[in-house]
Amino acid sequence: MHNDNLVEIENVEFGYGDRPVLKGINLTARRGQVIAIMGSSGCGKTTLLRLIGGQIKPGRGTVRVAGESLGELDQAGLYRLRRKMGMLFQFGALFTDISVFDNVAFQLREHTDLPEDAIRDLVLMKLHAVGLRGASQLMPAELSGGMARRVALARAIALEPMLVMYDEPFAGLDPISLGITGNLIRRLTDTLGLTSLVVTHDVQESLKIVDYIYFVSEGVIVAEGTAAEIRASDLPYVHQFVHGEADGPVPFHYPAPSYADDLRLGKQRA
Amino acid sequence: MPMTCDWENSVLKQSIENLGNSALQGVRRIGFAARFFVAVLLHSGTAFRRFGLTIREMYFTGVLSLIIILVSGLFVGMVLGLQGYETLQTYGAEEALGVLVALSLVRELGPVVAALLFASRAGSAITAEIGLMKATEQLSAMEMMAVDPIARVVAPRFWAGVISMPLLAALFSAMGIFGGYLVGVQLIGVDEGAFWSQMKSAVDLERDILNGVIKSVVFGVAITTIALFEGYDAPPTAEGVSGATTRTVVASSLAVLALDFVLTAFMFRGLN
Amino acid sequence: MNKTVLDLWVGLFVIAGIAALLFLALKVGSTSVVSVANSYEVVARFDNIGGLKPRAPIKSAGVVVGRVADIRFDNETFEAAVTLRLDNRYAFPKDTAAAIMTSGLLGEQYIGLEAGGDSRMLKDQDQLFITQSAVVLENLIGRFMYGQAQEGAPQ
Repeated sequence: MHNDNLVEIENVEFGYGDRPVLKGINLTARRGQVIAIMGSSGCGKTTLLRLIGGQIKPGRGTVRVAGESLGELDQAGLYRLRRKMGMLFQFGALFTDISVFDNVAFQLREHTDLPEDAIRDLVLMKLHAVGLRGASQLMPAELSGGMARRVALARAIALEPMLVMYDEPFAGLDPISLGITGNLIRRLTDTLGLTSLVVTHDVQESLKIVDYIYFVSEGVIVAEGTAAEIRASDLPYVHQFVHGEADGPVPFHYPAPSYADDLRLGKQRA
Repeated sequence: MPMTCDWENSVLKQSIENLGNSALQGVRRIGFAARFFVAVLLHSGTAFRRFGLTIREMYFTGVLSLIIILVSGLFVGMVLGLQGYETLQTYGAEEALGVLVALSLVRELGPVVAALLFASRAGSAITAEIGLMKATEQLSAMEMMAVDPIARVVAPRFWAGVISMPLLAALFSAMGIFGGYLVGVQLIGVDEGAFWSQMKSAVDLERDILNGVIKSVVFGVAITTIALFEGYDAPPTAEGVSGATTRTVVASSLAVLALDFVLTAFMFRGLN
Repeated sequence: MNKTVLDLWVGLFVIAGIAALLFLALKVGSTSVVSVANSYEVVARFDNIGGLKPRAPIKSAGVVVGRVADIRFDNETFEAAVTLRLDNRYAFPKDTAAAIMTSGLLGEQYIGLEAGGDSRMLKDQDQLFITQSAVVLENLIGRFMYGQAQEGAPQ
């Protein structure tokens, strides 16, 4: 046993062209935990997930998943590692030309030689776990946004991965679907022994379910801690982020120190 | 005011720079397309190992193009019959109508018109589908599931198009000859025996028919490669996908016509 | 779409496509190539071949018995050397005559073979000695007018 950190990110820097997105990120995810990566839109959270999935390579630093450094793997090695990862894309990214059942069965058919009977049982089990066994013959276009995301979750866990990444799982959901999705992430992590990485900016929902939280701003980690620590934090950014949404009217989509925010508001009034 | 020739800010310099820039962009895209084409060929194993994937795509590219191909072929043949008869009867050579209809269809119209219809019917659909799959992150999702989208999504569509195209062109030609027969023999009254026998003695299996088939295979490769590349390369937005679809139709139509000239020059100049 | 229905349609499509190809190959076109394995070549020399082209038919008694394989200019005799590829099924006597003819007034040119009376047959790479060149329209007209002029002169 190497250690119980499934994901280890050390001093990772990354930029698109000349524009730096990540400037030295350190992050670890222990096995069996639900980790949240928070921050405002455009701060590089999704880029972080793409780095862990190996879709992009870091400019500097190392990304290790299950002890393997992603930068040193070739295509075959990367694909071998990805079979043990699941990813839930922002809007599900279901394959729109095949049914819900076939979507969940996709990886089983691609990567295993299981007979069709066994695949059917496994798919129905996964769909049952997300409460959508009855929807197995529907096409993705017939699903609501929340249902599509649950199907995508069933698809992501089809091969019983060790790591599941969620890109904005709460975006654009009504409160009921939001609660369902949050509970599912927690429950699946515990029952299947997964590790979950949730990228989100929905503070209230994620504080209920996560074990550890990283705050990303301007390409660096500005704060980290357990849910209780984050709630009690008096760092201005975190405080604003956590309590801001409860207050309502303050727009959160622009990361800035609070005094700069004040200036902007002052300008608007003038 | 003195007219100084300020080279640094002159319109001429600007436009030369723009020209150079777009030339570089064009060359870069051609390079990407070539690499894409090679990648598709290298990842074609899945398309044949699991031929069901290719059959499925043949339904969408081939079977769904059948109606437009058959109907257009029939009408083109009928028009050829009418026009050909008008011209030939001036020389008293109405019996050569079969030759005229068959040669025009088998050598040129069959492969070219079928390819143009294929580009606008199937090519645009392929681009839109791949572009949307990219825009909705389906290709990314596939990659994250350790499935190579080039092997799983692109290559089967490529081979489906390459297989469908000659079949569609042959159907177009056959339908056109039937249309010419309907108009020439049944409607106008050209002698049926002369129509078929002159056609048979003038149309050469190798020089005319085989070359027509070769043409349609080349067109199939060109159209599907352009369509798939444009889709795969499309910016993941609504405008990006619609622009790529338009470019597919324009670029593949031009490619078909240009390739047709080159192939015709090689095939028919070299022989006589 | 049901997978079997889809397979069925694609199957029908492929069958229709192959049927169309066969229709083109068998009903519309005919092969003009006498395969090399089942043929033999003889050479005929002509003073003038007119508009004869490679692949032109070779007919005897109106039946196609072969194709023109090659046309070269012989720089020693200043003649055209035409290679005829004849089908193995047809054998011709050694003294067979070859003539370049035209089908119809403006039709394509072909080589007509007139069998002789020799008991020995032509073999591969033999030469035909009796040949008749193409009738060139300009020469014909010229001769005709010349003849007219000669006829008219004594009067």
